[in-house]
Amino acid sequence: MIALFTIAGLGILALLAEIFKFRKLLSFAVPMGVLAAYCLNFYEWNHPIRIEQFANMLQFGKLELAFSGVLLATAFFWFIFANDYFENESSSADHFALVCFALTGAIMLVSYTNMTMLFLGVEILSIPLYVMAASRKSDISSNEAGFKYFLMGAFASGFLLFGIALVYGATGSFDLATIADSVRIMYAANAVPGFLYVGVLMMLIAMCFKVAAAPFHFWSPDVYQGSPTVVTAFMSTIVKTAGFVAFMRLFNGCFFSVSDKWTLILAVISAASLVISNITAASQSNVKRMLAYSSISHAGFMLMAIIANSQTSTPAILYYSLAYSISSIGGFTILYNLTKGKEGQETFDLFNGLGKRNPMIAACMVVILLSLAGIPVTSGFFAKYYVLAGLMGKGFGWLIVLAIVMSAVGVYYYFKIIIAMYFKKPDIETPVAFESSHAALIGITTAFTILLGFVPQYIIGMLS
Amino acid sequence: MLIGTLIILPLIAAILVWMMKGQMARTAALGFSIVEFALSVVTLFQLKHSPSDPRKFLSLDCTWIESIGVKFSVGVDGISMLLVLLTTFLVPLIILSSYKNTYEKPNAFYGLMMLMQMALVGVFAARDGFLFYIFWELALIPIYFICLIWGGENRGKITFKFFIYTLLGSLFMLVALIFLYQNTGIDGTGKSWALEEIYKAGRSLSMEHQTYVFWFIFLAFAIKMPVFPFHSWQPDTYVNAPTQGTMLLSGIMLKMGTFGMIRWLLPVVPGACEKYAPIAIGLSVVGILYASCIAIVQKDYKRLIAYSSIAHVGLIAAGILSFNQQGIQGAVIQMLSHGVNVVGLFLIADILFRHLGTRTISELGGIRNVNPTFSVLFLIVLLGSVALPLTNGFVGEFLLLAGVFSFSKVIAGIAGLTVILGAVYMLRSYQGIMLGEANELTKKFGEIAKTDKAVLVIVCIVIVAFGVYPKPLNDLAEPAVKLLLDSIKK
Repeated sequence: MIALFTIAGLGILALLAEIFKFRKLLSFAVPMGVLAAYCLNFYEWNHPIRIEQFANMLQFGKLELAFSGVLLATAFFWFIFANDYFENESSSADHFALVCFALTGAIMLVSYTNMTMLFLGVEILSIPLYVMAASRKSDISSNEAGFKYFLMGAFASGFLLFGIALVYGATGSFDLATIADSVRIMYAANAVPGFLYVGVLMMLIAMCFKVAAAPFHFWSPDVYQGSPTVVTAFMSTIVKTAGFVAFMRLFNGCFFSVSDKWTLILAVISAASLVISNITAASQSNVKRMLAYSSISHAGFMLMAIIANSQTSTPAILYYSLAYSISSIGGFTILYNLTKGKEGQETFDLFNGLGKRNPMIAACMVVILLSLAGIPVTSGFFAKYYVLAGLMGKGFGWLIVLAIVMSAVGVYYYFKIIIAMYFKKPDIETPVAFESSHAALIGITTAFTILLGFVPQYIIGMLS
Repeated sequence: MLIGTLIILPLIAAILVWMMKGQMARTAALGFSIVEFALSVVTLFQLKHSPSDPRKFLSLDCTWIESIGVKFSVGVDGISMLLVLLTTFLVPLIILSSYKNTYEKPNAFYGLMMLMQMALVGVFAARDGFLFYIFWELALIPIYFICLIWGGENRGKITFKFFIYTLLGSLFMLVALIFLYQNTGIDGTGKSWALEEIYKAGRSLSMEHQTYVFWFIFLAFAIKMPVFPFHSWQPDTYVNAPTQGTMLLSGIMLKMGTFGMIRWLLPVVPGACEKYAPIAIGLSVVGILYASCIAIVQKDYKRLIAYSSIAHVGLIAAGILSFNQQGIQGAVIQMLSHGVNVVGLFLIADILFRHLGTRTISELGGIRNVNPTFSVLFLIVLLGSVALPLTNGFVGEFLLLAGVFSFSKVIAGIAGLTVILGAVYMLRSYQGIMLGEANELTKKFGEIAKTDKAVLVIVCIVIVAFGVYPKPLNDLAEPAVKLLLDSIKK
């Protein structure tokens, strides 16, 4: 709760900066503000505030605070990563404001208890992102990314609204708890109106659009590739996390009782995401595009946690999103530094000989890639482990086997980078210059990636 | 605690070695590995003098991830003790054998090797399913990098195939292990990854579930060993890896698969093992014939050893799956013999390549005239490998064949061909390389280095010593195997 106010306040502060000319301060103040919000979030964890917030529109229990913590921690790392993105912008204050508002939307998505807040959260999160995706104004692919993202996002919002309306029609409420109750009662009495299912299906499609699960993923590779790398990092971490929590709250909470109607659909979507993304990613030559497909494949995995639809789902998503976000930020930081001055040509060749040029950075990249590929003892392994263990015994054996085969395929494209780093000869032998803050960030994210793998119980056990 | 030290020490060594500069790293790695060997010998004596109950494990038990019942639980019985000893004995030899190869960035090379040793000891000592899996995967990463960074020409593609292949197998094993874990604690004791609980869970499964578990786990081990038809990664990887990498792969890492079958497959789903043993043994035996025949026509000596390794491991797998005292005991002993012998053989291939720049058999010949000492050492290693009586290879192979014989006479007959075919390709290669007249190239062979000679002499001593007096090995393996079989039959 406090964190939400802090972040929204930061956004307004950033807008004022342009008027009162303290723009220079922002690059320090905003990250510190996010850090402060994280600390306040932690404070609230230990001292829960019990008030009926906005007529039960939002709720901040343990679960919501934990996910807010993930978002804020990721955001803090992201701000360290993105420092020169803001420096090079002519209107940096606006961009700070946009990011803060997007973050506000993300926190709303992890804490909503009402359909209207879900919709508001989705919009508050998405609209700044449309602008950010198109922020490299002179670059045509960045413009394309923004435009495409906007069109697809608007389309998905339409689906979402229609779905909400239908569900409202069937249950007479926007409140998640009330909807859950009436759905359960109707289901028990075998009196579920058909259009409720239509509504559920529409919301499912909308959410799949937002988290970029196949076959609703077509926008994501183009958007990931066209957007500036920092924005891509933001989309694949914070937006993804928020989207999945929203997804989970809706389906593991609200539509829990009618799970027999949607689990199979989601299982097929998850399977499609895994197959399409991994096979397409293997043939990509652009690293950002490859990462976009890899992110779709991770979406497929996280969907499996939602399909499990049990008490293991939430901790699994919490751990997965944290592990994936932290590793991704590290990976994107390395990619960003390698591509400096070569935007638009992020080929695998950039990594050639990195093992010789910057041995430490290369070692960090190896850990990050191992984590993304899900190999022990990194956090990525446990993330996948919890998802698989949660789904075991739920009658989706075929999906588990498919997921395993596909994660072996996944190793193929992650290891392309490792092979480039240690096997191929670079054009230039000199080390790549890394800013000290970036080098520190890479070190920290790598350390977290390993650490989370050694003590996963602290994250998993958080919510119990 | 001792067993914990055996795992932690190589990890510390890996970090220290990695921080060193130049060839200091090599010396330090050798030092650490010798200390490790000494420690494992101490462990052996403790095991022998521990109370008569062979069930008593020298063990360490700490909680790790409590919420999912994972414990850091390690310990040794007779079988794993022998394999831990094999590891700690071979690693110093492998390091010593590298003294004449200069690798770039030795600190990273030897650091990875130490890391590998940690993982290997961990695999052999793990008494918790999850931990076993973690160590199993952990062993793959250092060897992948050793092969990728210091390997031969086509290493990029080849090591990659190796990695994906083995990873795919292990992932299937992971699923089977998770499934077993979910079936533990039916009697209300709570879920656990402990070895005994996994055994209990596996045996209580229905035949259909046992079947899945059996094939999922078998796949992982079959790829690692490798058993026909999952062997296609192996020859290329062995040939392209740096010699020390090949030695690690064939000498020790291959035993992860066979050991895994004894500890994590047979006792877990004995019903399915019995049911599908004919198919699995059939595959192993086909592998023996296939690999032996290919080995006969190999031109490259290193590739020949690689194929011979497939043949040997096929017999080991068949012995284990034949499910009786001789078979399993023979498998344990043959694992040790094969580990030692194959390291010797690969070193010989490396010496040939270093001195003459080629391993192609037809280009060699007459080295015996140039360097008789080398030829004697070579002959002893070779005879060990073809299982001549009074060499260590004979003990294991005899028991293995006896085991397979009591399973099926026909299969034993076919599997027995391995000895004959082994003699064919091994002796042919010896003839081609060592006998005859020395040609222009081989005249320049010269003396072999002291370190190489030392390693070969040690290998030869082991071959002869355990060939003449295999009792210590049998004494260790026998009660452990008996216990295993008794617990299954109950």
